[in-house]
Parts: sequence; structure tokens; C-alpha cells
Amino acid sequence: MISVLGAGVAGLCCATALVEAGHRVELIDTGAPPVSRLAGGMLAPFCEGDGAPETVVTAGQASVDWWAARVPGVTRRGTLVVAPPRDSAELARFARATRGHVAVDPGTLEPDLAGRFARGLFFEAEAHLDPVAALAALRMALVETGVPVRDGPARGRIVDCTGIGAPLPDLRPVRGEMMELHAPDVALTRPLRLLHPRFACYLVPRGGGRYMLGATMVESGSTAGITARAMMELLSAAYTLHPALAEAEILTTGTGLRPSLPDNLPAIRHDAGRIHVNGMYRHGFLMAPVLATRLARMMTKEMQDAH
Amino acid sequence: MFYGTDLTSRLMLGTAQYPSPRVLRDAIAASGAEVITVSLRREGPEGGAFRDILAASGCRVLPNTAGCHTAREAITTAQMARELFGTRWIKLEVIGHADTLQPDPFGLVEAARTLCADGFEVFPYTTEDLVVADRLVEAGCQVLMPWGAPIGSGQGLRHIDALRAMRAHFPGVALVVDAGIGAPSQAALAMELGYDAVLLNTAVARSLDPVAMARAFGQAVAAGQGAHKAGLMPPRDMGVASTPVFGMAELA
Repeated sequence: MISVLGAGVAGLCCATALVEAGHRVELIDTGAPPVSRLAGGMLAPFCEGDGAPETVVTAGQASVDWWAARVPGVTRRGTLVVAPPRDSAELARFARATRGHVAVDPGTLEPDLAGRFARGLFFEAEAHLDPVAALAALRMALVETGVPVRDGPARGRIVDCTGIGAPLPDLRPVRGEMMELHAPDVALTRPLRLLHPRFACYLVPRGGGRYMLGATMVESGSTAGITARAMMELLSAAYTLHPALAEAEILTTGTGLRPSLPDNLPAIRHDAGRIHVNGMYRHGFLMAPVLATRLARMMTKEMQDAH
Repeated sequence: MFYGTDLTSRLMLGTAQYPSPRVLRDAIAASGAEVITVSLRREGPEGGAFRDILAASGCRVLPNTAGCHTAREAITTAQMARELFGTRWIKLEVIGHADTLQPDPFGLVEAARTLCADGFEVFPYTTEDLVVADRLVEAGCQVLMPWGAPIGSGQGLRHIDALRAMRAHFPGVALVVDAGIGAPSQAALAMELGYDAVLLNTAVARSLDPVAMARAFGQAVAAGQGAHKAGLMPPRDMGVASTPVFGMAELA
């Protein structure tokens, strides 16, 4: 029996991949809401190439198909990256830092942006999903295949997917702040990224006029609510994307701590008899399937070697 | 000398916006920088994990008050920095303009007075205005940090004659060009003018290869410093042949 500890995106992906590889698995859920519910849910390996190492770009591409095969609602409409006219140098820089894009007139892809931005970058192969719905779908599928979900101490072989709570000495928190808007007047169909030297943001459509607006990156372990500064910066960036977003209803705000390793790269670690799948940083939905697949392969080999 | 501390490398590096702490660590090492600056205003006391990483770099930490818009905010942030880092050094920033991030000279002088009197060793981020600089020195600052250009703009030394005048006016004060440097050549130029150091962040952190860029800046700063020490030749109006014309062999 393998105990997967933690029911966020890392835990659910690991449990799913292990079950699919034929392992007996139980899921330990302490009931604490996972931070991955607050994620953007962008499956954007090419955009993440700005800053992330090449392995995120290459390995992450597989995750679009992984999710699409297991949960409903994976939308393949690419990502649109824009910059205000006076920050057009940012767009040139982003184009140099990434690949898999073509230059577009943003209005041809998103009519609501017509006339607002002269140029944009379109990353056609990218996709997005709704994190809350995707996590629920994975969990339900596990329960339906007979995986026990319980609270309490882990036993057997332990796969620790508890994020920032895990006992890894070099794990650090990177605080993120986000909000969800209801803006039925605005029709945008794919994730948008606004480049700005200070107030960057992204907007991910959730359907029904709802949008996720994110996200700050602060080297802090504070779990306090969203700061006024973060809210002002995110909202003013959203206003730059489309002024009608100023009329949006703010549905929720959220803050969470991204578990991050020194290279900001998700990893499988062996420590004190446990296997850790951690360090998702800002790549949870993109990289958890990659690590889960790797973990399942590793544990299958481990079992075969034991026999 | 920077408040009695001598530095071999005259490049000071900011620590924000790097792809990861590991890249930051490698960039610091490649640049040879001995001083790194770090902000506190937004991260607060809960930023301990990142501060531990900076402390492990072995560099001298110069905490800054980035993000402060009033003297009072800056003073509070400086006091927190002293407690968290155990240093009297503080890079004092009081921002006066949200768009250009230009320092507010009035708040700056006020905060510098209070902090110097409180035993801080203040590195004020200022403009090239000589009157403001005089006031800062009066307040007790032994280092001045004029901007090259607005923070993060990469425009280089926008008012080079004013920076020259500042160097001439304050021969005994350590001068650091802080902000606006986009290219190693600009950093080298600041050092050729006789500045004591250069502080920058974005040009390295947001480049496509921060480690390689950090190394390039380290080399440029060393080159500019070496050139200034060696005595740059003055520009001349006419060509001056470097080999004598008379007495050459007649080969025809």
C-alpha cells in the first residue's frame, strides 16, 4: 500500500498516476484546503520559458494531453500575451525569452481587445483549465476506482505531497495573491498575460463571465489576506487590459504559499524514508502530471526490483 | 571606502526578479560582487526563508527601503532591516514619483538626518542635484548614490555632465551610480568617470542569461575602475600619430 499524503494538485496527480500503474493507493487528506485551488490553471509551458528552465518547457508540454484525458474542461485556445504601447519593449523581450509563439493582432483573436493593443504574441499550443473543477474531477475518479480517502497518520510507503507543510529544509514559501472577478460585459476566451515591468498580471477565463486575476510573487511566508497594494496593482493591470473590467464584481480574493525549492523547479526527493513530490512553485498544474508519471514509473521499478 | 569598509569588487547587485534563488546565487558568484541589496517593505518579517538564502551568499547585505514613499515609512523599514540583518547599513530610498520612481529629495534628507543620528550608515538614493547632495552630507551621509536614470529603465547615464560635476564637487565622498544602468558599457563609463561603485539589478536579473550577464557586468566595472586608476587620455581635436614620421626609412 502506498499512502499519498496531501490532496492538492501534486497529491491527486500522484495518486492517479500510481493507480493507473496498478499500485494500491490510499489518499490521506487532512482537510486543509490545498493552495492549488487558487492557481491560474494555465497549461502554458512555452510562456513559462520566460524564467523557468528548459525542462519546464519541454516536459510541461505533455501535461495538456494528460489533463485532457482525465478531466473535463481542458480548453485548448492558446495564450495571448500583450503589452501596453509604451512597454512594447517588454513584448520584444518576452518573444526572445520564449518560443512557440507567433506575432498577432490581438483583436483578431479576441474581438473585445480590438484597437486596444497593436501587437501581441499568440502561443497556440497552450491550454487552460479550472483548478477547482479539475481537482474535484481527479478526486472523484480516484474514489470511484476504490481509492480510500481518509484523515489520519500515513502508513506504508509514504509519498509526501503536502506542499509548504512538508519537512524539507530548503523549501521556502513564495506568497501569491489573486482574485476572482465576475465581468459578464467582457468576453475573453483564452488566458491573457499583460506584460509590464512592475505590474504584470494574467487573466484566465473561467466561463460564465468569471475570470481569475493573478498573481503576485512575494518572497514571504505571510498567510494574511490580500494586501491593498496587491489588489490595486492587479486591478490597475486588469483595467489596462480592458477598462470594462473596472465594473466587475470581485467574487473572492485568495492568498497562498507556493512551495518552492532553490531552483524553483518541482522535484521528487527521497528524505527520511519518505518520497517527497514538492516544490511546485508556480508550475503545479503544468508539472504535477510530469512528476506523477515519473514517480509511478519509479515505484513500479522499485516493486519489480524487490521481487 | 564605504563607511570604513573597503571593497575589491565595485559592483553591487540587487536581488529581485531573478528566475530562482539558485540563479541569483550563481549570478552573484559570477559577478564577483561583495555587496547585495535586498528590499523589505513588501516582504516584511515573514520573508525569512529568502533572507537566509541571501545571508548564505557570504556577501555583505545592504538592506533597502524600496517601496517607501515617506520619510516615516523609510525610517520604520530601516529599523526593521537593522534588526533582521544585524547591520547598520541602509540603502535609503524615498520614492517621490510613482511613474519615474524619482527620489523625493525632501523626504530623503529628513529620513537621512534621523537615521544618521540614530547610528545608521546611510546610502541615500538621490538625484545628481548638488544642493540635495550637500544636505545629505551635512546630515551625516558618507556615501551618495545618484541615479543614472529612472529605476529599471536601462537608459544608462542620462545626465553625464551632472554626474561629472558631482564627482568633482565631492572628491572625498564615496559615490555610487544607482539605478538606470542597462548595459556593461554604461557601468564601465560610470567607473571611468571616477565613481566608486555601481549598483544595478534589472539589467542582470531580467536578462536571458543572468549568470553570464552578471559576469559581463563584473568585468565591465573592473575594466572601468582600472582605466580610471590608470589615467584616461584626454580626447584631442587632431589625429596624433603614435609612431614618429621623421626619420623613417626610405624604401623606394
